[in-house]
Amino acid sequence: MEYILTSKKFTEALKEGKFLGLKCHQCSGYTAPPQKVCSQCGSEDMEIVELSRQGKVRTFTVIHVAAEGYQAPYIVALIELEEGPWVTANIINMDPEAATMDIIGRQGKIDYQDIITDIFSGGERIALTFSLTDST
Amino acid sequence: MREVAIVGVAMTKFGTSEKTQVEMFAEAAMEAINESGLGLKDIQAVNVGNADGNIEEGQAVIAPMCAADIGLSGTPATRFEGACASGTIAIRDAFIWVASGFYDIVLAGGTERQRIMSTPLATRVMGMGVHSRYETPTGLSFPGIFAMMAHLYASKYGIPLPELKEAMARVSFKAHKHGCINPKAQFYGKEVTMQMIYDSAMVASPIQVFDCCPISDGAAAVVVTSADIAKRLTDKPVLIVGTGQGSSGAVCSQKDITRIPARELSAKRAYDMAGLKPEDIDVCELHDCFTIAEIVASEGLGFFEPGQGYKAALNGDTDIGGKIAINPSGGIKAKGHPVGATGAAQVYEIVKQLRGECGPRQVEGAKIGMTDTMGGSFASIGHLILKRGW
Repeated sequence: MEYILTSKKFTEALKEGKFLGLKCHQCSGYTAPPQKVCSQCGSEDMEIVELSRQGKVRTFTVIHVAAEGYQAPYIVALIELEEGPWVTANIINMDPEAATMDIIGRQGKIDYQDIITDIFSGGERIALTFSLTDST
Repeated sequence: MREVAIVGVAMTKFGTSEKTQVEMFAEAAMEAINESGLGLKDIQAVNVGNADGNIEEGQAVIAPMCAADIGLSGTPATRFEGACASGTIAIRDAFIWVASGFYDIVLAGGTERQRIMSTPLATRVMGMGVHSRYETPTGLSFPGIFAMMAHLYASKYGIPLPELKEAMARVSFKAHKHGCINPKAQFYGKEVTMQMIYDSAMVASPIQVFDCCPISDGAAAVVVTSADIAKRLTDKPVLIVGTGQGSSGAVCSQKDITRIPARELSAKRAYDMAGLKPEDIDVCELHDCFTIAEIVASEGLGFFEPGQGYKAALNGDTDIGGKIAINPSGGIKAKGHPVGATGAAQVYEIVKQLRGECGPRQVEGAKIGMTDTMGGSFASIGHLILKRGW
């Protein structure tokens, strides 16, 4: 069976304003980021759906020693989506120096940013972003 | 399956090396073979753990190059890649081949030369250990993964961050205390104080420099054979009585990274095969690439309940002479972490501990030991349980 939501398709959809995931016909669970089979039950019987973009911060770090091509400091976080899956994203609408454990649990919204390519990146790439939408 | 043993072990001093990965492996391999009492002609296969040799030195086919360097051209030679767990899975597969009876004697180990890379390149290469499409682009560094683990651990168990940080600092202090007296360790002879740990620069909050393992060069090798052959060669054969391996995908796909399902599965497989329980282990070399990683591993292996590992570190339960001696070699933190070699160096330490050859860092009376090695986004995990065969 064909790989229904490739990283290429996922990325192109984000650029067109759609945050895609997979919904399983067998267990009704959601899978994101995409993979071949359902992350809950292993079924291939899934359909591509648009996700709500809503989620909350489960954990994070402020990177002070940057990866090559990146400018420190910046925030990387694990976000629990409203639909259940967790994704890795950059929190972009707060000062990294001000990030403390208090941001764990805060609500926000998924989007994306373009990331420069390098000789190892296998072509164009994007990173998911997360903007806090609740007030402290 | 037949019983399998380790008869010869060797490792280079970890740190900075001017020797190539092949040269370092060759040194460790010949020393291990010579110690075993076997000869080169007896070696039937060569398994080499190596994570990033292609990029570090532009060397592919590294296992055949290693084999040829020690006069074993013609011998099957295979590279094993599981990031930081490469050396462990190379030895685990040697165990499986010998246990199955297909081979009688296999040379296994690993080699890595990371310090030849510039720091930005090294950071980029280590960043390849997470999902290249869905995680690497966020700039998630290796310390960053474990930093997120630490924040989640504090949040999940309701521990004030300063208290967790103190436990993490104790892990670092203990590692350096042991590494300081291990002549093979990168930080041999270097004393580290709690103040130095607390004052070190922030890398990825809350991980500071002294929460991180160093970048290292080194190699280690062991000779794996049947227990029958081993008993003819030595009166101190060390048996491999249990082994497990597990795998996982992207960091985010594992959700609660204070518990690593692949580790718990792999460790259970090893315990079940050995017919042993966590409380039977006298000494453990586990994957302390970052201080929080040791705390989480000490729980994942069943030595402490989830959420209690940090207290154990604070109480000294993981010191030599404590409830379970963890990382008497100095661990990855202070011994060094040439990633492809790390698993083999853990086995080296456990074999030496069981034989009682560790001098001032000896865990008295150690009869059963375990290794735990974890690569990438907890993607590749392996375990070995070793026992005195006498």
